[in-house]
Amino acid sequence: MDYITIDSKKVPIEGEKNVLSLIRKAGIEIPTFCYHSELSIYGACRMCVVEDDRGKIFASCSEQPRPGMVIYTNTKRVQRYRKLIIELLLSSHCRDCTTCQKNGMCNLQSLAYKVGVHAVRFLNHRKEEPIDMSSPSIVRDPNKCILCGDCVRTCDEIQGVGVLDFAFRGSKMKVQPAFNKPIGETDCVGCGQCASVCPTAAISIRTNVTDIWDAIEDPDIRVVAQIAPAVRVAVGDAFGIPKGENSFGKLVAALRIMGFDMVFDTSFGADLTVMEESKELVERIKSGEKLPLFTSCCPGWVKFCENRYPEFVNNLSTCRSPQGMFSAVIKDYFADMDAKDGKKTMVVSIMPCTAKKSEILRPDNYTDGRQDTDFVLTTTEVIRMIKQMGLQFAELENESADAPFSVSSGGGKIFGTTGGVTEAVLRRLANDKTYNTIREISYSGVRGFEGTKEASVMLGDREVKIAVVHGLANAGRLLDKIKSGEVSYDFVEVMACRRGCIMGGGQPSGGARTRVSRMEGIYKVDTTSNVRYSDENPAVKQLYDNFLTGREHKLLHRNLS
Amino acid sequence: MLEQSYYEKADEIVAQYGDEARFLIPIIQDIQSCYRYLPPELLSYVAKKLHINEAKAYSVATFYENFSFDAKGKYILRVCDGTACHVRKSMAILDQLYKETGLSKEKHTTDDMLFTLETVSCLGACGLAPVMTVNDVVYPSMTPEKVTELIKKLKEEG
Repeated sequence: MDYITIDSKKVPIEGEKNVLSLIRKAGIEIPTFCYHSELSIYGACRMCVVEDDRGKIFASCSEQPRPGMVIYTNTKRVQRYRKLIIELLLSSHCRDCTTCQKNGMCNLQSLAYKVGVHAVRFLNHRKEEPIDMSSPSIVRDPNKCILCGDCVRTCDEIQGVGVLDFAFRGSKMKVQPAFNKPIGETDCVGCGQCASVCPTAAISIRTNVTDIWDAIEDPDIRVVAQIAPAVRVAVGDAFGIPKGENSFGKLVAALRIMGFDMVFDTSFGADLTVMEESKELVERIKSGEKLPLFTSCCPGWVKFCENRYPEFVNNLSTCRSPQGMFSAVIKDYFADMDAKDGKKTMVVSIMPCTAKKSEILRPDNYTDGRQDTDFVLTTTEVIRMIKQMGLQFAELENESADAPFSVSSGGGKIFGTTGGVTEAVLRRLANDKTYNTIREISYSGVRGFEGTKEASVMLGDREVKIAVVHGLANAGRLLDKIKSGEVSYDFVEVMACRRGCIMGGGQPSGGARTRVSRMEGIYKVDTTSNVRYSDENPAVKQLYDNFLTGREHKLLHRNLS
Repeated sequence: MLEQSYYEKADEIVAQYGDEARFLIPIIQDIQSCYRYLPPELLSYVAKKLHINEAKAYSVATFYENFSFDAKGKYILRVCDGTACHVRKSMAILDQLYKETGLSKEKHTTDDMLFTLETVSCLGACGLAPVMTVNDVVYPSMTPEKVTELIKKLKEEG
């Protein structure tokens, strides 16, 4: 086998495409800004420079490993180079660290500390630019951009949206949308993947933390929370809980201590979605119209479809997302009590997603002119609130969600990962509700991280062809194929973010290990659930029998008139 | 929104090259030479036709100094401020042009759309320093007096 020598340690070359991956394999955390294993190599930040035995200095991300190479990752010269790079980056950076959104989580900040920059010798000549607050999902602060291009490549390569790019040249270079349009006026879908790769706060999540504290303080407001499936396997990241472990119970406890009046599980909403969407699928298959049926749970995808593939808008399910369904039900459920108590119910949904912040403002998600979800808090914002409160999160005792929506099925919980919606719908449509069916569906091809997955099941004597796709660039490619007639399906699940909500823009970011642990965590939540089928959830049955009769369409579907 | 004729012209130019991403630069060059500037609406329009993201097309158009999103005057005055011209007092030429045309560092085009004034880094005619051009005509060894005369002549021609 071929080897290269890294800091006098022999490391075998096993198909790695660049020296950087070998260095990381050797257990050395080499600093980077612009390198992401899933994006194309850009080689701009120069932080990953190393020195070889002949004194040549090069960027390890864009160097192919050659057998017999001898490199050093931390020589005096390399240290000096890295320090200068950071110093130069900091010289045109606003450096308001103490009041910055990213304080404590900023890659620039932590690398400045690691390489030991104690003073910046250069003056900042950059003109201050206005902050772009035009999107309900993200905030763009050009003064904090270090031009690593991570957002540019993520938006284009992973999401196929491409609203951001470099503009101008040399020292005048900036990252911005075409013609520096406000981001809210572009084709941006609000997925927040740019914010999760941004090493600084040049792109950050639009936060609503203050609004929530204000509401909690107000005695006339009944603050009701709903927690999305994917949040529970990520929130613990910030509190030393093993990756992927289910922290739902602790989060419920934390929210109650903070002052939330009621806490529910969005998986209940997901159960409702399963009921409505499977009904819709059966109807469309029967009539043969508007096939394939596209899922509509993911607001990033819905917006992408409207912007780029308007010809498929009618194929989107008319269902609201689980968040939307559940908020409408909650608002109606508390309406009488509100009138009696002289209170106002406010629904705060805790989501792995930044696009949900835009979804709640869409008129088609309103009921009779009423905004059903008042605020969306992302997982990272909730983490901040827990920290503000000073809670020892890991030590909290588990608590369960409030009645009457306290039960939710495993089917509703797997919505958090790619393939989950499909799997839950297939469970609903299965006639034989045994453990065997669950096993069969889980092996049908809907699980896993492959970009586009296919499955086919029998519904009576009709074969139903299914595709599951995640990452909008993958979705775009699939839609092109559907358009050209190269492939055809009856049901297509689309999630804007790769791997689904577990890696949403509102989650704490993470790499390969994080993704796998979160997916495993979600499936574990399912296997340990008492109810696995959405249609067997007693709380759902009760809701349909007593509360929803005749109002399914008004509360659970988007009003498209 | 521009007049329909602009989009028809763009269609015509795109048809000459083909709707591939690699033809973006020659297409927008042709559009610019047609209108003496690159109408932003047409850049977005062409990007869509070539299946390029608008932001990417904008990135290309702003990378090159030569593309301009602002409508330019009938006469484009370019003053060379390369090293050779600079040491032979090109700034005095520029100042005189500012005075004669009423333009400034911030304002590049006169309201009557007659003049646009730009500086360039080198025109490649250092032996003729200080040098300037009006559209494609070169004016060598300029002096402030010559500038006054030139502008007067151009104004008369209208």
